[in-house]
Amino acid sequence: MSIATTVTAKPGNTASSAALREARLEIEEFNYAYAETLDRFDADGWAEYFTDDALYHVVARDNYESGLPLGLIYCEGKAMMKDRAYALLNTEMYAPRYLHLSITNTRALSIDGPLIRATANYTLIETLVDEASRLQQVGKYDDVFERVDGRLLLKQRRCIYDSVTINNCLVFPV
Amino acid sequence: MDGNSRVGETPPGPHSARNYVWPEDDALIPDWIYTDQEIYKREIERIFLGRHWNFVGLDCELPQPGDYIRSFVGPFPVVVARDPDGEVHVFENRCAHRGAEFCREYRGKADSFICPYHNWTYNLEGDLTAVPFRRGIKGKGGVPKDFDMSRHGLRKYRVAQRGGVIFATARDETEPLENYLGPDVVAEFDATFDGDMKLLGVHRNVIPGNWKLYQENLKDPYHATLLHTYLTTFGLFVSTNESRIMVDPLGRHAGLLSRRSDGRPDVSEEDRSNMQAFKATMELNDPRVLDFVREHDSKWSGAAMTIFPTLTALRQTNILNTRLLVPRGPNEFMMIWAVFGRVDDDDEMVRHRLRQNNIFGPSGFLGIEDNEALKFVQDGLLKARPADGLAVLGEDDEPEDTIITERAIRGMYRYYREVMGL
Repeated sequence: MSIATTVTAKPGNTASSAALREARLEIEEFNYAYAETLDRFDADGWAEYFTDDALYHVVARDNYESGLPLGLIYCEGKAMMKDRAYALLNTEMYAPRYLHLSITNTRALSIDGPLIRATANYTLIETLVDEASRLQQVGKYDDVFERVDGRLLLKQRRCIYDSVTINNCLVFPV
Repeated sequence: MDGNSRVGETPPGPHSARNYVWPEDDALIPDWIYTDQEIYKREIERIFLGRHWNFVGLDCELPQPGDYIRSFVGPFPVVVARDPDGEVHVFENRCAHRGAEFCREYRGKADSFICPYHNWTYNLEGDLTAVPFRRGIKGKGGVPKDFDMSRHGLRKYRVAQRGGVIFATARDETEPLENYLGPDVVAEFDATFDGDMKLLGVHRNVIPGNWKLYQENLKDPYHATLLHTYLTTFGLFVSTNESRIMVDPLGRHAGLLSRRSDGRPDVSEEDRSNMQAFKATMELNDPRVLDFVREHDSKWSGAAMTIFPTLTALRQTNILNTRLLVPRGPNEFMMIWAVFGRVDDDDEMVRHRLRQNNIFGPSGFLGIEDNEALKFVQDGLLKARPADGLAVLGEDDEPEDTIITERAIRGMYRYYREVMGL
């Protein structure tokens, strides 16, 4: 099954290892800021990390590996991300919580003009009132960044999660 | 997740000291039906292993011969497999030898199942076909001479199918599936399940609540008009829609049927003041999410069906899904959502369904709210001083278009009490 908005930068490293290292440092900074934005529940700010035509897809690993396209979250374009942000901040009912998103093992895989293919691991720990902190989701990003006016933005963030059986629900994006 | 470890660990106290007397007023629901271990054991015996059809999966999850999925009958792990002739079988995921849960994959393809512990081998019908060293070595050991392979297959469930939906029952005397569903349910069932389905994917989540709360949730049009902004504001399920709350004659199944009008719902000032979730001025940046591509003959654009005991089936605009409830003790259940489209969907229709499915699922706009609300309820039932819950809204003989009602919840518990002897 195809998802037409999937972006694939060309395989193979067209960049030197020094350029990939430099890209990795830049992406690490990006990911730290991204995690901080979500940790403070700034869903509007989260949408601003993406290009207008970006794909944001949170997909269970078993579905992904079976070629099943269903997303836990599936946003084609920033407009859909803004609608999710609005709902989270204004209309959705959910218990208060603390969020703790860690992004590690960042790698820039290839550079193709303005596009950088990258990957990272992520871990979301949630803490609810009167409950112990718990692992809510662990997964891997399959990213494509685009340099727009000198700034990196996500053109694709596919979040492939290992924690297939979700604790209750995933409220905020990862 | 600690659902399994909780079994048998209900602390002594008011919750276990009951003598199970249902309140006289049948609009009252005692909280021990949601938390008590003895009640849960009785549910297993009389409901999941009783004369009921348990949903186990969709044809489109195992379309080819040799395809299989892991599934459950009540809390019990089963395998649903399609044999080389295309026939579907449901058998226990428990080796007949030492009890190992041998099938560990969500889904796959096989020509046989081999338990990894001692390599006992079963075919796709669940029959035992091979036992290694059956005759021992050099005439020593092995299974007894009178060991009958045909009597040591995997325990099987009887299977019934309709429109690409697979059900299983432990009992020979369970009535035919069409009788079990009844004519009203069958009509809407057929609009959702036309047999030509294509799997889009599966969601899984665990809710820290009793499995019956989910059936109640989808028999409860009252909450739908209050909790869910997406249903009310965008007119998917709202007081101004033409609606029907359908309950089968025994009370066990129900359908919340609703017909979307074009455009935004015209909700009166008075109703608005009652509906915190209604946001008259909310606009979507990407309204494609709400597009409705007409694709069936039913007049109802939304049909949330609850099929006792563990299936809920949803058709809402172009969202199609089944939700299997898998009890894991009284205080927790797993949900397996199979989300599907139609075989003839083109790429754009697939993407449309994927976009629209942001409304449901364990990260959906409704899913988050329902899952959170059910956790709140179970927390209250578990932690607070025992009391009876109220399901008092509406009347049992009201017109079927009454939506501020809990008639369908009361119906389910009338049936439940009879089966459970409560």
